Amino acid sequence: MSETHSSLVAHQFDDGVQQKQATTLGMWVFLITEIMFFGGLILAYTVYRIKYPEEFHHASKHLDYVMGTVNTCILLCSSLTMAFAVHAAQEGKRKLTMIFIVVTMVLGAAFLGVKGWEYYTKYTDHLIPGPNYDLNHLWEGAGLLPKTQLFFSLYFAMTGLHAFHMLIGLGLMTWLFVKTKRGRFSKEYFNPVEVCGLYWHFVDIVWIFLFPLLYLVDRSH
Amino acid sequence: MEMDRTVVAEERPTIIDTVTGAIRENYLNANYGLKSWFLTVDHKRIAILYLISITLFFFLGGSFAVMIRLELITPQGDLVQAETYNKLFTMHGIVMVFFFLIPSIPAVLGNFLVPIMIGARDMAFPRLNLASWYIYVVGGLFTLGAMIAGGIDTGWTFYTPYSTSFSNTYVIATGLGIFVVGFSSILTGLNFIVTIHKMRAPGLTWFRLPLFIWSNYATSIIMVLGTPVIAVTILLVALERGLHIGIFDPALGGDPILFQHLFWFYSHPAVYIMILPAMGVISELVACFSRRRVFGYKFVAFASLGIAVIGFLVWGHHMFVSGQSSYAGMIFSFLSFIVAIPSAIKVFNWTATMYKGSISYDTPMLYVMGFIGLFTIGGLTGLFLACLGVDIHVHDTYFIVAHFHYIMVGGTIMAYLGGIHFWWPKITGRMYPEGWGKFSALLIFVGFNLTFFPQFLLGYLGMPRRYYAYPQEFQVLNVMSSAGASVLGVGYLLPLVYFLWSLRYGRIAGSNPWKATGLEWQTSSPPPTENFLATPVVTEEPYQYSPEETEAEYAMTKKENVNV
Amino acid sequence: MWDFPLFPEQASTVAGRVDSLYFFLVTITIVFSLLIAFAIAFFAIKYRRGNNVDRSNPLSESKTMEAVWIGVPLVIVMIIFFWGTNVYFTIVRAPKQAEDVYATGKQWMWKFQHIGGQREINELHVPVGKPIRVIMTSEDVIHSLYFPSFRVKQDVLPGRYTQLWFEPNKPGTYHIFCAEYCGLQHSGMIGRVVVMDPVSYQRWLSTGKGGGGSTTGDAGTGSGESMASAGEKIFQQQGCASCHMADDATRAPQLKGLFGTQVALKNGETITADEQYIRESILRSGAKIVEGYEPVMPVYQGRISEEDLMQLLVYVKSLAAPAKNQSGGTQSATVPGTATGEQARGTAQHADVPAANAKSGSK
Repeated sequence: MSETHSSLVAHQFDDGVQQKQATTLGMWVFLITEIMFFGGLILAYTVYRIKYPEEFHHASKHLDYVMGTVNTCILLCSSLTMAFAVHAAQEGKRKLTMIFIVVTMVLGAAFLGVKGWEYYTKYTDHLIPGPNYDLNHLWEGAGLLPKTQLFFSLYFAMTGLHAFHMLIGLGLMTWLFVKTKRGRFSKEYFNPVEVCGLYWHFVDIVWIFLFPLLYLVDRSH
Repeated sequence: MEMDRTVVAEERPTIIDTVTGAIRENYLNANYGLKSWFLTVDHKRIAILYLISITLFFFLGGSFAVMIRLELITPQGDLVQAETYNKLFTMHGIVMVFFFLIPSIPAVLGNFLVPIMIGARDMAFPRLNLASWYIYVVGGLFTLGAMIAGGIDTGWTFYTPYSTSFSNTYVIATGLGIFVVGFSSILTGLNFIVTIHKMRAPGLTWFRLPLFIWSNYATSIIMVLGTPVIAVTILLVALERGLHIGIFDPALGGDPILFQHLFWFYSHPAVYIMILPAMGVISELVACFSRRRVFGYKFVAFASLGIAVIGFLVWGHHMFVSGQSSYAGMIFSFLSFIVAIPSAIKVFNWTATMYKGSISYDTPMLYVMGFIGLFTIGGLTGLFLACLGVDIHVHDTYFIVAHFHYIMVGGTIMAYLGGIHFWWPKITGRMYPEGWGKFSALLIFVGFNLTFFPQFLLGYLGMPRRYYAYPQEFQVLNVMSSAGASVLGVGYLLPLVYFLWSLRYGRIAGSNPWKATGLEWQTSSPPPTENFLATPVVTEEPYQYSPEETEAEYAMTKKENVNV
Repeated sequence: MWDFPLFPEQASTVAGRVDSLYFFLVTITIVFSLLIAFAIAFFAIKYRRGNNVDRSNPLSESKTMEAVWIGVPLVIVMIIFFWGTNVYFTIVRAPKQAEDVYATGKQWMWKFQHIGGQREINELHVPVGKPIRVIMTSEDVIHSLYFPSFRVKQDVLPGRYTQLWFEPNKPGTYHIFCAEYCGLQHSGMIGRVVVMDPVSYQRWLSTGKGGGGSTTGDAGTGSGESMASAGEKIFQQQGCASCHMADDATRAPQLKGLFGTQVALKNGETITADEQYIRESILRSGAKIVEGYEPVMPVYQGRISEEDLMQLLVYVKSLAAPAKNQSGGTQSATVPGTATGEQARGTAQHADVPAANAKSGSK
């Protein structure tokens, strides 16, 4: 054991335990910076939602909450399969780890596909902020509320940033897949799978916040 | 003078390269070639890479300052166009803040010293460390490119809607450069936090850590929590400017005050990113050259954390006249006064450290004394700005300019230079010329005060900052300031020259020329690639200096010299 | 040789208070800087290496000393905080009897308009001994109106109103600066404020002449029409009158007596009808619908200039004043919060007057 072990411990660490603790702490610290990253946007969202409640209320109705719900389910499932992948890696089951990583990737890609379709419909509906933005043809009250564009600006900024994180996640999954296939992980050393899992769950949680903030603004009336 | 210390005989194993027969015993000669530098994961080499790149940016930013001071010698605009002047002060600010001050002490001295001071072989994530240097370079090139293409004229603060809808300069490209370089800062902070938590040598408990580590730890917290906010803010500015989506421009539905909140949420703590590591350096230096344990170690350590935490809650004091509510102003004013207390604690403790010490006037100590004096003035004038009634008048005048230069130039750069002098023998293995060191420290102190003290008077007189032309009555003070700047400029060029000179001609330093405590002085100079030949074990608290022993030794060597 | 100033003139009632506070702070700074500098110099000389002095048992920790140098600065900064906040609230709270002046900042000039209609560019004439309130907005970027001799400054923002006030107490000519960087000619966005004795000021108001050695001499370029009556014209031209008829609250909330009262909104909130509210309701009428009304008013965003909007605002404010024809001169309009709110609570007051040709819907 110690033979394979020591070759997997980078030179700056004393042993595998220190390495594992360090990488896990590193990922947590990274996720904290990510919270602040999204935090800036969520603050902007909060400020404008308080400032323009009517606009946000009406603009939000033009997001497709069915698609949003579907995507939420997809992402929750992918978190589950990611957890399975980590568990499989922990038990040293290489094949099973690979399968779960692939399933996670497929779900992640499906999420991005749905998101892409939503973006496309926003494009055809002229709901992309900028000179071509036009909500009037969808809702006649829009003329009275000239700031609805702000909602869509924030929608694209927040979901776009989230989608970018999904893309990075898919890249990490690909890397994990290759490493797993080459048999780099074992019962003793599976920390990268665990750490990437943390990241994946984080991106998932961000969506759990974005979904109600953007799609479910005051749907009751 | 203190030059003739006995060099401690060193026991270092000599590693002979099997192929070339060259002696490879330290990180500098462990291997050669560009590749060995550009692909290095050794934190010490990365520190050198940073040292070179931030020095380039320092002199670039400095040359902008020279142009600004030249233009301001006369009241009317004559040397450059108004447009050029606006670009000059903007680029001076951007280069100095984002590419020099923020990375200066953490990325150079911190990178070099943090692992050695805690007895580690390297950072927790050496490759990430190298990546952060590359990210810094990419961000720097982006910004440089934008400057060469035509520059930017928004002021380093990027206030909207000027930056998003009115400026005709390269805002997006510059913004991207700053966005990118932010990640370098985040990754450095992340690396420090994990390294300090997980890589300490056996026996090195938190309260045995040098104060430099404490202050870098506090700095890292700010880097990790603050930098993402400025990143996303700049991203939004770029989006608004590039795609005309409305976030900050009222014409597009946005709120320019929100930009200011987001900007200062990072950019005020960023001031602490600049000054906290400087305080760490001062703690190390004042102890070594007074031969005393830092007075009130725990208070100084917790003051660093206090500054980091409270520093996040005071950003609104940049916005007292912005139109935010007067009650918000009151709260921010109160918190800004509170954050002054930890700084005061530090100043008093450093001063008390000198009591009953055995003080020598080596160059680093001159910088320490300069730092404490200037930082005191800088800190106290900060009270004027935290004070609502006075800030209304002096906000956005030269008073502010003078104040933050006292903190950043009088504080951070003094400490940075002091630190570079102090650890130069460790980094390069050679001593700098002491006489020149003292001379340039003096020049910098005098030049600095002459440059920036008149600006306090100008500010209270009402001269607004960022003015290309100004009323006649402000001229005398401006000329004084420009005269001081030329002295200051010479003061900065001298170290560049003699440090380079010392690389070849400097006296061999030996492992511990200052007879300092601290793990970094227990390894050879320059240190081997893995810092220590065996992992050190720490058994006592830091700064085990004894002024009386130093005096006894000093008397001995003096006697010997007389006899010789 | 020392013919350059080291200290700005004190020309307003708050200037002296700000300066006292400033000198207190300067004293604190000098005392503490000297204290530290003296201690450093004293220790550095006394305990220099090789000097034979007592170095035995040096203290390296003392809770008492820490407590002292935490406690003393804390007390001092709290004194500064309370003093500074006190001065601040004097600076930001305009007295009720203040006379209004309207200012618009644009790259790179200051435009002022007095209630009586007199317009000035980069120059402002004010009487000595009378509080002046400047209500400001920007047409483009953020500016900052700064009167160093009055010790007051306030950022001027696009898309909203901010205000500052001062009471000049010394006749003379002083600087006006733009203190917030605003682009190419930021340093050219300067002007002068002329403080005049009340008699000359009245003469200046009526003739536009004698502006305290003014180079232009005829700074007041207004048409002689007061802001309120100019606003009334705009009110007619834009068709506001067709719904907001003075005595009819059927189609639209009544404006008479509105300013400064509490308005109940459709969403259940209550809001004070101040400058910002009037502004928003004109530009973005859908934002704050008054209880009992439908959002039928067109949006005026981008259809009315900032200066016209200010005149309209002054007109609406003049409707709140008890005497209806009091719409010009140097008398100020009602300040927010002073109206009793007896009339026009904002709830619908259905009068049986047939609806006029109201515009409705979008666009």
